[in-house]
Amino acid sequence: MPQLTAFAPARPEEILLPVKPWFVVLTLVIGLLGNLLPLSGAALAIRPDFLALVLLYWCIREPRLISVGIAWCLGLLMDVADATVLGQHALAYAVLAYAAEYFRRRVLRFPLWQQAAQVAVLLLLCAGLVLLVRVMGGAPLPRWTYAVGPLTGALLWPAVTVLLQWPQRPPPSPAER
Amino acid sequence: MRHISVEPPPFFHRGPSPLTRLAFFGLLSLALLFADTRYRYLENIRHVVAILIYPLQRAVQLPGEALTYVGTYFSSQRTLADDNAALKQQLLAEAPAVQGYPLLEQENARLRTLLAAEKRFRAAAIAAEVLYSGRDPFTQKLFVDKGETAGVVPGEAVIDEVGVVGQVTRVFPSLSEVTLVTDKDHAVPVRVERSGVRSVMYGAGTGRLPELRFLSPNAEIQAGDKLVTSGIDGTYPAGLAVAQVVSVERETGQMFARVTCRPLAGVEKSSIVLILGQAAAFAPRPEEPGDADAPRKGRGRRRPG
Repeated sequence: MPQLTAFAPARPEEILLPVKPWFVVLTLVIGLLGNLLPLSGAALAIRPDFLALVLLYWCIREPRLISVGIAWCLGLLMDVADATVLGQHALAYAVLAYAAEYFRRRVLRFPLWQQAAQVAVLLLLCAGLVLLVRVMGGAPLPRWTYAVGPLTGALLWPAVTVLLQWPQRPPPSPAER
Repeated sequence: MRHISVEPPPFFHRGPSPLTRLAFFGLLSLALLFADTRYRYLENIRHVVAILIYPLQRAVQLPGEALTYVGTYFSSQRTLADDNAALKQQLLAEAPAVQGYPLLEQENARLRTLLAAEKRFRAAAIAAEVLYSGRDPFTQKLFVDKGETAGVVPGEAVIDEVGVVGQVTRVFPSLSEVTLVTDKDHAVPVRVERSGVRSVMYGAGTGRLPELRFLSPNAEIQAGDKLVTSGIDGTYPAGLAVAQVVSVERETGQMFARVTCRPLAGVEKSSIVLILGQAAAFAPRPEEPGDADAPRKGRGRRRPG
């Protein structure tokens, strides 16, 4: 089925086209918009950190384009948007970007759903860092639902991967058709 | 998965190593965290960034607003008629109280002049719509659509049709942040309406009921009592409904009674709130010897964050 291959993840041996910088910026802005959605209640509890997810993808795929510095700046934006203590998301995203850079070769070796498990650990690390900063600052412990967001984020990882690598897929070669 | 992009030879300069960058930005974040928790130097940065992301925030609101608009457009005539009838009933029910009010006010003013007491302050109020509730799971906050341009000032009290919702803690050009009474350690000076006992209600954080601390076990308070603001802090005008006492535990051997209460206002539900003007300026607090530049504490105001 040729029309469905575009929505299947790229095979490991497939060579992707270089990514266009404007596409990276666009996806990061969309991730930020996702985080700004005026949700409340259960929807807010299960909402993943879209920006962290997109950021993680680019840190793993394009470490020379997106790394610690840009992650830190985006974290600062999130701090202002959420009216939290300045620096908490910045710190968490910077560490996330570093961890992504450190583990990227290992993560990319696995099939998508096993990648998702590793992404869950990275996202939980990011959320745990925020928790640590806030609890040290005197905030009460949040409820257990705090850990649900990172897990839904990890579940979305395969979809995010397929969507974000879609424009980089080369057109099918005549031999395949 | 390899890329076609040309990788430069490894001996080309690629900037500082990731670990160096992490150390730099990590230390910068820690410095920011420290500066923002202890001092308020960073409000300017926050303002600038807030202006930058405001268009994005509004853009995200638009689909929801459009849906609501379409929904109200198609709301049936029946619903509107029912609403109208209910509102008329309510108006009628409240008419006696409202009509008696000017008389009471005159009487009160006369008595107050006799007592040479200060005038009760009544300021203009600003109606504001709740844009979204705070996304930070550690604090209880709301964002409303009126800000600096509408004349909102930090510290103003926010109420809904039933009672106190919270207090404005941060003002941006066109939106402001309201800290709810249920936020951890947010203090509201209250008075038990029935007995006049004064106390302070402290919020306990997400999912927990606020409590009155340091009330002696023999204090005149019982479950079901209504708490109203006492007005002694200069932030909340006196007499606004705040909460209802849920339980009072008086254990022998404990220094204080354990009193939990439930906020009356739709603290997490109301969609339209009223921002009350700042109460009349209080006389400046006398400087305490040797403690002149210490930060002001208590008085119902707390550092948000």
